[in-house]
Amino acid sequence: MPEQNTDVIQGTLDLLILKTLSLEPMHGFGLTRRIEQTSRGVFKVNPGSLLTALQRLERNGWLDAEWRQTENSRRAKIYSLTKSGRKQLERETADWSRRASAIARLLKAEA
Amino acid sequence: MSLWRHFTRGLRTLVHRRSADRDIADEVESYLEQAAAAHRESGLAPEDARRAALLEMGNATSIREQVREYGWENKIGGLFADLRHAARRLCRKPGFTSAGLLTLTLGIGATSAIFSVIHGVLLKPLPFRQSEQIVGLRHTAPGINIPDLNMAASLYFVYKDESRVFQDVALWSEDGVTVTGAGNAEEVPSLTVTSRFLRVLGVQPVIGRAFNPSDEDPGSEQAVILSDGYWKSHFGADPSVLARPLVMDGSPVHVVGVLPPAFEFMDRTPSLLVARRMNRQDIRLISFCCQGIARLKPGVTLDQANADVARMLAIAPARFPVNHGFSADSWATARIAPRLRFLKDVLIGDMGKTLWLLMGTVSIVLLIACANVANLLLVRAAGRQQELAIRAALGAGWGRIAGELLIESLLLAMAACFLGLALAYGAVRTLTASGMAHLPRLHDIAIDPTVVVFTVSISLCSILLFGLIPVLKYARPRSGDFSNALYSGGRSLSQSKEQARSRNVLVVLQVALAVVLLAGAGLMIRTFRALSRVDPGFSDARHVETLRISIPETQVKDDERAIRLEEEILRRIEAIGGVSAAALANFYPMESNTNDPVYSENPASASSSKVPPIRRYKYVSPGYFSAIGTRLLVGRDLTWSETYNRRAVALVSENMARELWGSPRAALGKRIRPGLKDDWREVIGVVADLHDDGVDQKAPTIVYWPLLLKNFEGSETYAIRSVAIVVHTPRAGSAGLLQDLRNAVASVNPDVPVANVTTLQSVYDHSLARTSFALVLLVISGGMALLLSVIGLYGVISYSASQRTREIGIRLALGAQLPGVTWMFVRHGLVLSAIGAVWGLAGGFALTRLMKSQLYEVSPADPLTYLCVSAGLMLASALASYLPARMAATVDPVTTLRGE
Repeated sequence: MPEQNTDVIQGTLDLLILKTLSLEPMHGFGLTRRIEQTSRGVFKVNPGSLLTALQRLERNGWLDAEWRQTENSRRAKIYSLTKSGRKQLERETADWSRRASAIARLLKAEA
Repeated sequence: MSLWRHFTRGLRTLVHRRSADRDIADEVESYLEQAAAAHRESGLAPEDARRAALLEMGNATSIREQVREYGWENKIGGLFADLRHAARRLCRKPGFTSAGLLTLTLGIGATSAIFSVIHGVLLKPLPFRQSEQIVGLRHTAPGINIPDLNMAASLYFVYKDESRVFQDVALWSEDGVTVTGAGNAEEVPSLTVTSRFLRVLGVQPVIGRAFNPSDEDPGSEQAVILSDGYWKSHFGADPSVLARPLVMDGSPVHVVGVLPPAFEFMDRTPSLLVARRMNRQDIRLISFCCQGIARLKPGVTLDQANADVARMLAIAPARFPVNHGFSADSWATARIAPRLRFLKDVLIGDMGKTLWLLMGTVSIVLLIACANVANLLLVRAAGRQQELAIRAALGAGWGRIAGELLIESLLLAMAACFLGLALAYGAVRTLTASGMAHLPRLHDIAIDPTVVVFTVSISLCSILLFGLIPVLKYARPRSGDFSNALYSGGRSLSQSKEQARSRNVLVVLQVALAVVLLAGAGLMIRTFRALSRVDPGFSDARHVETLRISIPETQVKDDERAIRLEEEILRRIEAIGGVSAAALANFYPMESNTNDPVYSENPASASSSKVPPIRRYKYVSPGYFSAIGTRLLVGRDLTWSETYNRRAVALVSENMARELWGSPRAALGKRIRPGLKDDWREVIGVVADLHDDGVDQKAPTIVYWPLLLKNFEGSETYAIRSVAIVVHTPRAGSAGLLQDLRNAVASVNPDVPVANVTTLQSVYDHSLARTSFALVLLVISGGMALLLSVIGLYGVISYSASQRTREIGIRLALGAQLPGVTWMFVRHGLVLSAIGAVWGLAGGFALTRLMKSQLYEVSPADPLTYLCVSAGLMLASALASYLPARMAATVDPVTTLRGE
C-alpha cells in the first residue's frame, strides 16, 4: 500500500492556522494536534513550517502571541487571532471556497 | 501599516538578536515538551514520550534555523556582521586607521568648509522675494575711461518713465546721519533711498508704510523708516513710534514705518532709511550720485534689460539739460553704456573667482587624500591576499569579498565624513569670527542641510575613488588567479609587478596634484610679496587712526565757521598726549572717492573743447600729507590762511603731473580747474602717487583741493563739512586714544558725533584681504598636498623595501655596497616623483592660468615658482625615499637570509 501524502496543501497552512485559532487561542503543538485531529490525519504539519508561519502571521498583525501557563502548568507561547486576523480569515476562506469549487467543477466535468 | 510593523519588528529583532533567538529556542523547546506531555498522556513512559516527540519533530536545531531565517532583517544580517568585522579589523590596526581617517578627514573637512562658504556666498539667493529679478544699475563710460560707473539722478527719472523692462526703479546711497534729541548726539548708519526702494526689494514695513512718491518732494516733511534694531534699542519697540519725534541732522523728521527684523541690504544693516528728496527741474544730465537698483519684469533677461537701457541712455540728453560748465556733447563723448548686473553679483563682486579657485584647490587635496588612502588599502589588501584567496577557494563569491573590502572603506569614509563635518564647522566658525577674509554675505555662511548632503555625497564619491581600487585588484572574478595567490601569498616571492604598478601610479598622481597646488601656492606667495612691496602712497599706517565727524548746515550755517570748527577740533586732538600730527580730508586713502574732469592750461588740451579725462578729487587740510606719511615731491603744502582766504591753489599726484606736464617740477605754477566757468587754480605742490583703489589697482591721478573753495564746480562757495580726521600717534587703535578723541571732539561741540573709527593699517589690510585669504588657504592646501604625497611616497618605498629585504640581503652578501643599495630605492622614489612632477608642471601650466585674475605682477607661468616647486619637491622626495631605503639597507644580510 503506497504511503498516503500528509503534506499540507501548499498555500493553505495560513488558512488552517487562522481557522483553528478562530475557535480558541492555543500554542504551536496544540495547533499541530488540532489540525491533525480535525483533518482526521489527512494533514500532518511540519513544526518548522508551522513556527515560521506563526512568525509571519504575527508579523502581519493577524495573530497575537503571549507566553502563558498552559493547563498542564508548562509555559508555552499562546497564539490568538486579532481583529485583522479575523478579517484575513474571512478573505482567505472566501478565496479558498471559490477555488475549491472551481477545482471540484473541473474534476466533475465530463466530455 | 503592516509594512511598518514588519520594519519595526525586524529592527527590534536586529537590535535584540540574542533575546529573539532565545525566544525561538524557547518556543521550539516548549513545543517539544507539549508533544512529550501528549505522548505521556497516551500512556508512554516519560523518557519514551520525549524520544517519540523528538522523532516526530525532527532536528530541533534545523527548525530553529528555519524559523530564524524568516524576516527581512536576516537578509541584511550578513551586512551587519561584515560591518562589525570591518570595525573590529579597523580597531585592531590603529596606525592604519588613524592615518587613513586623518587624511580623509582633512580632505573632506576642507572641501566641506569651502563648499559651505561657496553655498552661503555664491549659491544661496538673496533674502528678497524673487531676488533673481533684482538688478544693480551699473554703467560703463569708455569715452572717459571709467569701466564701472554708478547711477545718475537724471537716469533715475528716465528709466522710471521710459523703461519697458523694469517693474520698479530706485536709487540708494549709503550715508550716516546725526541723530540728536534723546541723550548724546549719535552718528547712525543710514541709506538714502527713493520712494520705490522697498518695492524693488519686495520688502514690506511691519509697522506703518513704505515711502510714497510725495516723500520725494523737497517741500514735504522729511520721512524716515526705522530698522527693527533701532526701533527696539531707541524706542523700546514702542508700537506708537510713528507719532514720536526724531531729530536728524538738526531738523525734525517724520517716522513713517519700521522695517522687518531681518532686513539687510548689500551686507549693510542701516538704522534708518531716509527718503531721498529732489526737484526734478533742478537735476542736470550729469548727476551720477548714487547706486541704482531695479526689479525686472517677469521673464526679462539681463541682455534684454541692457538693450532697453542702451535705448534710454540715448534719449536722456533730450530730457535733462547739460550741467553748467560742461560742453553740450560731453554726454556723447563719455559713451555711456549699460552694464547691468544681478544684485547678487554686484554684492559678491570678484570674490566668486577666488572662492571657486579655493574650491578647486581643496578638491585636489581631497583627491590626493583619496589616493593616499587607496594606497594604504592596497597595502592592507595585499597583506590579506592569502586569506582572501583561501576564502575564494572555499567558495566565497567575489561579490561577497568585494563587499567586505568595500565595507571597510565605507566605515572609514563615514567616520571621516562625520569628523570632516565637525572640522568644517570649526573652520567656518573661525573664518566668520575672524572676519579675515572680508567675505560678503558672512551671515549666510553656515553648515546647513545642503552642506551636510554635499559632504555625505563627496564622502561616498571618495569611497568610489579609493575603495574600488583594491576591490578591482583583489576581488575580481578571475579564474586561476586565486590559486596563484595561494602559492605566492607567502613571503617566498617578491611583490608582483602588477601590484607595484598600481601603487606607483597612485604616487605619481599624488605628486602631480601636489605640484599643481604648490605651483598655485607659490604664485600666490609671489603675488603677496609683490603687493607688499607696492608703496601704497602712505606710510606708518599702523600709527594712523582715522575717524569721521560732520558738521551739518543746520548746526553751523556759515561755511567758513564750519571749517574753523573742524580746525579747532583738530587743535584739541593735536594736544592729546602722544599725537604727533592730525589733519583732515574728505576721504582717507582707500575709503571712498569722487571723480570729475579737470581742465588744465596745457597747450595740448586747451585747444579742444571736449571733456578732459576724469581725475580723482580729494579735499585736504594743511598737514594731511605729513600726517599719513605721503611724500611731498616738489613745491609746498597748503596753509590754513590760504584755506580761509579761499586762495585758488591745489596739489596734484606725481602721475598726473607727469601725464600733463612731463615732470613734477614742471607742474609747479601750472593752472587747472574743474569746469569751464570755474576759477583757474595754481598747482603749488606735487605729492607721491596713492593707490587709492586698493594696493592691487593702478594709482589714480589725483587732485588735492583745499577744504574751503569759491567758484568751484559752478558753486560760489564750497566747503567740506563731513571730514575724516587722520591722527598720527603710536597709540593708534587703543581704547584710551578713542576716549581722548571723543572727549576732544565733545569739548568743542558735544553735538558732533564721532563715527567710523579705524586705523589706516586695517584699511590697508582690508585692501589685501582677498589676496591674503586666497594665499593662506592655498598655502595650507599646498602644504597638506606636499605632506600627503611625501607620506604616500614614503609608504610606497618603505613597503617595497620591506618586500625586498631578502634581495637586499643577497645583494649585500654578494658584496654590494650600502650606498649602492640605498641609491636603488632613492632612485625609485626620485623616478616616481620626477614623473609626477612633469605631469604636475604640465597640469600647473594649464590650471594656474585660471587664477590669472588673482595674481599681481606675476605670470601664471612664472619660471621661478615652477623651479622652486620642482626643486623643493624633488628634495622632499629624495628624503622620503632615503629614510626607508636606509632602514632597509642596514639590515644584517645573515639575519634576513636566515629569516627565510
